[in-house]
Amino acid sequence: MTREEVLDDLRKKFKDDIIEVFDKSPKRVYVEIRPDSIVQVASYIFKDLKARFNTASGVDLRYHMEILYHFLIEDINLLISLRVKLQKPKLEIDSLSPIFEGSSWIEREIHEILGINFRGHKDLRKLLLPDDWPEGVYPLRRDYKEWDKNVIRDRGV
Amino acid sequence: MEKTIIPIGPYHPLQEEPEFFLLTVEGEKVVDIDVHIGYNHRGIEKLSETKTFDQSTFLIERICGICSTSHPFAYTRAVEDIIPIEVPERAKYIRTIIAEGERIHSHLLWLGLAGHFLGYNTVYMWAWKLREEILDVMEILTGNRNNYAMFKPGGVRRDIKSEDIPVVIKKIDSIVSTLEMLKKAVIDDPVLHARTKGIGILSKEDAINYCALGPTARASGVARDLRKDSPYGAYDKVEWDMIVTHNGDVFDKVVVRVLETFESIKIIKNCLLNLPSGEIDANIKDIPPGEGIGFIEAPRGECFHYVKSDGTNRPVRHKVRAPTFMNLPTYKATVIGEDISDATIILAAIDPCYCCTERMTVCNTERKKIYSGKDLIKLSREKTEILRNKIGVK
Repeated sequence: MTREEVLDDLRKKFKDDIIEVFDKSPKRVYVEIRPDSIVQVASYIFKDLKARFNTASGVDLRYHMEILYHFLIEDINLLISLRVKLQKPKLEIDSLSPIFEGSSWIEREIHEILGINFRGHKDLRKLLLPDDWPEGVYPLRRDYKEWDKNVIRDRGV
Repeated sequence: MEKTIIPIGPYHPLQEEPEFFLLTVEGEKVVDIDVHIGYNHRGIEKLSETKTFDQSTFLIERICGICSTSHPFAYTRAVEDIIPIEVPERAKYIRTIIAEGERIHSHLLWLGLAGHFLGYNTVYMWAWKLREEILDVMEILTGNRNNYAMFKPGGVRRDIKSEDIPVVIKKIDSIVSTLEMLKKAVIDDPVLHARTKGIGILSKEDAINYCALGPTARASGVARDLRKDSPYGAYDKVEWDMIVTHNGDVFDKVVVRVLETFESIKIIKNCLLNLPSGEIDANIKDIPPGEGIGFIEAPRGECFHYVKSDGTNRPVRHKVRAPTFMNLPTYKATVIGEDISDATIILAAIDPCYCCTERMTVCNTERKKIYSGKDLIKLSREKTEILRNKIGVK
């Protein structure tokens, strides 16, 4: 499959799920989709297009949170980044870990540093932060106060 | 059968990062593993948001001492992807040379440690002696033995002098013969075969399912290498081969790494001989708003950086994904069902940062028996010794 065929295919198959396709460069495409359809689109890209899941990156953009799921189709050297926007305060999305194991750890990481809940993830324990990190404090959110004395200094971290 | 829990970690001075493994064993068999990381979490992603694009290069160079080129390489490619801009040809070649030098020293470091864990201290000494030569080469080229500080968005910070090139080539050629000897000593050794063949197998399906990367995936028959699939730097301009093996066991991971070292030497030599003349910096002025992604093949697999800019001089978001992040979860597929004396080498086989020190204790509540980290290495070495006697090799 060529690059154009892959993109046409995606557009046709997920007509109602895709909000916007941003064709940035020959090697990079950003596809914004509705959050509800992440499982269908991601499993199609992973299983049928034989892409490798690179990672996911979450970012807090004040009014909404954004997660980018990066998939690299190595045969045609195309990186597809699936963009989902989650409106605050309902920060929930389906987990991809039942489809492939590779997404399990990165979802744990996003869960603890941005506070996004992944539905259907079997093991959402803390990954990077210490076990006694307070509940409801998310270090990569915009409203997180750096060096909040009550949160970090008192604990001797 | 009664289950015993073996905590390994989190402190160890041998490798570069503290990790904590919880092995559940029944007798000698490992039945479950749980990995805890985060002991080295320094908040670099958050810190990077407070630095300018140029300062971040130095910050992320310090993520890892062994991969001190991979991270800046991926990061500068991500920043260049935002603009987008092509770096000058000469800079591409220099970047490739530095990245391959790092691959050689990283693979040799791992090979030495693997030999050490198996009770092959000769391999350990030879590999690290060779690594020293490579570090000397890097010092000639960059001025530093590690943390080379060569990268900047748009190019490299330091040129390679033409009078250094013959010196470096001579030094590299002198390494090859010793490396050949080491390769024979490692790959043809019957005891090493007995210790590593058929152990800790990662099947191709599992490698794809866990999204394993680098030599870990290539040893399982996944013929993927970003240097071939998504060429960057000068990798598409020089001749080299991708090393792929198909068994997925510890031995194949050794083979992939040893043979890749030879390919890296080939790439460095080719690049030095064909180094084009010209600029080494594209002189980036402003970074426009937008997003950029950069990924490169680090010694352990793909290193992935995502940078989001809002038009100021600092990144809004900088996501770093190191290859070990994807390779560590494969323990669930490789360690379970294996002997406890093999666990040390299987855990080391993906070239992670793993713990093996005094803090490693085996607790058996019934018999009150406690092993220290030394004892576990001793167990591993004793197995090699038994095999050695069985095969009849001295």
